[in-house]
Amino acid sequence: MSWFRKKASEPPDPPSGGSAEGEPAESPPKRGFFGLFRQGLKRTSDLLRTDIRDLFTRRQGQLVDEWLDDLYAILIKTDMGAGPAKEIREHVRTEFRGRVVELEQLIDEVKAKFRSLLDQESTSIRLAETGPTVILVVGVNGSGKTTSIAKLAQYFRRQGKKVVLGAGDTFRAAAVEQLTIWAEREGAEIVTGPPQGDPASVAHRAVAAAVERGADICVIDTAGRLQTQANLMDQLRKIHRVIAKQIADAPHETLLVLDATAGQNGISQAAGFSDAANCTGIVLAKLDGTAKGGVIIPIRQRFRLPVKFVGVGEKSSDLAVFDPSAFVDGLFSGPSE
Amino acid sequence: MFESLREGLTTAFKTLRGKARLSESNMRDGLKLVEDSLLEADVSYDVVRDFMERVTAKALGERVLNALDPSQQVVAIVHEELIGLLGEADPSLHLNKDVNIVMMCGLQGSGKTTTCGKLARLLLENDVRPMLVAADLQRPAAIEQLHVIGRQLGVSVYSESGATDPVAVCRNAVAKARAESCRVVVLDTAGRLAIDRELMDQLAHIDRQVEPDQCYLVVDGMTGQDAVNSAKAFNEALELNGVIMTKLDGDARGGALLSVRHVTGVPIKFIGTGEHLDALEPFRPEGMAGRILGLGDIVALANEAQRLVDEKERIEYERKLQEGDFTLEDFRDQLEKIARPGLIQRIVGFLPGMDAMRGMLDSEDAAGGMRRLAGIVNAMTRAERTRPRIIDAGRRNRIARGAGVEPREVSELIQQFEGMKTVVEGMAGKDMRSRMQAFKELQESGLMNPGAVIQKVKKGTGKRLTSHEKAKLRQQREKELRRRRREERRR
Ligand SMILES: Nc1nc2c(ncn2[C@@H]2O[C@H](COP(=O)(O)OP(=O)(O)OP(=O)(O)O)[C@@H](O)[C@H]2O)c(=O)[nH]1
Ligand SMILES: Nc1nc2c(ncn2[C@@H]2O[C@H](COP(=O)(O)OP(=O)(O)OP(=O)(O)O)[C@@H](O)[C@H]2O)c(=O)[nH]1
Ligand SMILES: [Mg+2]
Ligand SMILES: [Mg+2]
Repeated sequence: MSWFRKKASEPPDPPSGGSAEGEPAESPPKRGFFGLFRQGLKRTSDLLRTDIRDLFTRRQGQLVDEWLDDLYAILIKTDMGAGPAKEIREHVRTEFRGRVVELEQLIDEVKAKFRSLLDQESTSIRLAETGPTVILVVGVNGSGKTTSIAKLAQYFRRQGKKVVLGAGDTFRAAAVEQLTIWAEREGAEIVTGPPQGDPASVAHRAVAAAVERGADICVIDTAGRLQTQANLMDQLRKIHRVIAKQIADAPHETLLVLDATAGQNGISQAAGFSDAANCTGIVLAKLDGTAKGGVIIPIRQRFRLPVKFVGVGEKSSDLAVFDPSAFVDGLFSGPSE
Repeated sequence: MFESLREGLTTAFKTLRGKARLSESNMRDGLKLVEDSLLEADVSYDVVRDFMERVTAKALGERVLNALDPSQQVVAIVHEELIGLLGEADPSLHLNKDVNIVMMCGLQGSGKTTTCGKLARLLLENDVRPMLVAADLQRPAAIEQLHVIGRQLGVSVYSESGATDPVAVCRNAVAKARAESCRVVVLDTAGRLAIDRELMDQLAHIDRQVEPDQCYLVVDGMTGQDAVNSAKAFNEALELNGVIMTKLDGDARGGALLSVRHVTGVPIKFIGTGEHLDALEPFRPEGMAGRILGLGDIVALANEAQRLVDEKERIEYERKLQEGDFTLEDFRDQLEKIARPGLIQRIVGFLPGMDAMRGMLDSEDAAGGMRRLAGIVNAMTRAERTRPRIIDAGRRNRIARGAGVEPREVSELIQQFEGMKTVVEGMAGKDMRSRMQAFKELQESGLMNPGAVIQKVKKGTGKRLTSHEKAKLRQQREKELRRRRREERRR
């Protein structure tokens, strides 16, 4: 991993503000997605005392070891991992050793790097040219898949699109009921199967229904599973295959729902699910808590997986298009109120 | 159990060979290994720093620096500190009233509802009648989820449709439990963020009004650095009595448990190791310490093995092994014992260095593979089973036809068996430690690779080794055997 391939003097990226692209046409004016994103992150202020500004006031002048340790602690606490955090610390150490520096300037630089790292690809959903766009949603147990599907349903419904949901979690107690409630609330159609039935068959029927009824979007839920469960990962492969057989380039997106509280295991999750289901993007759920979700940084580095959306609450409206700037700011500070 | 850490330390300390004694800076370098391992396991930064301070202070003592084998001493210190921090095992629910109230709380999706079911099952097993209470009025279909679980277990579930006040629901449930003489009431509360003031107040309110006897925080085993924040907040809002960590059936190291224990100080009760309602295990600090450091859990393996083979059988196997009588039939019997879905994966998880393999060793596939191997043995005659050497090409083809496999799979099985026999017999009569050592050598020599074998058996057309790779493997194997024999002679 190389975090600082480019020279450190490069100007920071301009703040990108709200991402216009992908923003639904009729989102309420004050709660634009960017605002929503911020609002989700804002609640963190109560508990978090890793505010980078504390560091500013305590440390100025020559770069010393303690100072690097503080930087390291802040980086570690984002869940980005010891390896990457160390790399940044050592880079800063060699670049700025003995120099009189302003920490703020240095942090800006680290931030800019993260932003550019996270900013490379478009976060919008790849839509089918004709026929329904199929989105397969996968992830470990309890990460927020079903709720994220409800949010996606609302997101597309607001764009005036017709949505069909596939209740592919036939395993967990009342998973079908849960998705059914969301489908009703969001005005989406739903295709279900019998309890303990074959999820691939549900997926198949959901896609068929979407085609038949001329739906624009078809989102398939799957049961939570751990990436170490080979038989369940094979089941995902099968679901993926079944969908691809129906529509040539489907699923158009396979979204991995990652819990923002996840630590280093997130890397193993990204590896395992990408391998089985060929993930195209991440939904980072539960970012409204105190967790920073920094593990997406090594994930991005290793697997080039972009984050497409973030979840910032339990309601179906609590979804925001991923905004690297807002995210990186959130990593480095408990926003002041 | 802490072997791989010890090896790491030995390497780190190597630079000092020849020097009179270990220097402080050498020691600090070595200890970085421990620190990194804890951080990679998701132990919170502040907890790690605290922990390392204590370990460093001890490790820099004269006694350690001057020791003949400092890495061994350091391992002992780390081990002791870890176990100390994790605290004593205390799986008791402290049921000392007529009606005992147990409340589950935690972040969204951590596993509260499922764990309620698991506890109910555990109580049933101990002839205690539980009642489940649907106090999550938030999440869509949360009540239905608990009902499904209750039906699966045959346990009564109390819920009120359309209710909006969880306190009222809990109170009514407790009254009903009293009337029906249920001894334990398990409250399933809604998931909430530790910083959601309104919902945290609600939880504190339930706590004050319903007065649960035991209140457990349910923590996702995959949690990262945030564990300290949320655990602290829950512990401040309520008085926690214990912690349950879930989803430890995967490859998460579960270091958050150390953080949670550190900030709450309450005992760790159980760990969840699967979605099924029987996947709840009492917490064992020894096993968890090894897991967090990225090492296996040998004690759990030994326990599991003991459950599989009864004492009489075990003595019989020991005898056979010692006398070199271990046959293909015994091999098959053992295979059949472990060809149970879910089991292999669990066992492999206990073995150090085999983490990576766990994914490959899918429970069902592996079990199928084992059964297939057993099928091959079954297709042999008695004589062939006791003296596999007599199996020539003709016999091999017959066996293959009988078992419905390729002839080469028969040869592979025999080769495997011979390789295993040598090592297994070498293990006979030794203590657990030397067995593990032998096992590790076996693994490293490439002699035993269950993943490869099982995959090969399953797929048949899977990736084959090139002849060069095979030759290399054979060489390694032979070298290993020679080395073992030499060692035997020296003893
Ligand atoms: N605070 C917060 N909670 C969320 C968010 N997304 C989901 N949740 C909650 O997390 C819990 C689990 O969400 P689900 O959508 O059921 O998760 P899942 O991945 O479908 O779970 P399984 O199907 O059991 O694997 C629920 O209580 C949700 O309300 C989010 O962005 N923020
Ligand atoms: N693999 C595994 N999955 C588990 C374990 N415990 C719970 N789960 C799964 O985790 C997911 C969430 O579990 P729930 O019991 O619904 O979690 P919860 O805390 O009640 O969720 P909310 O009520 O939404 O806050 C489900 O898919 C469970 O099957 C475990 O020990 N291992
Ligand atoms: Mg779900
Ligand atoms: Mg629940």
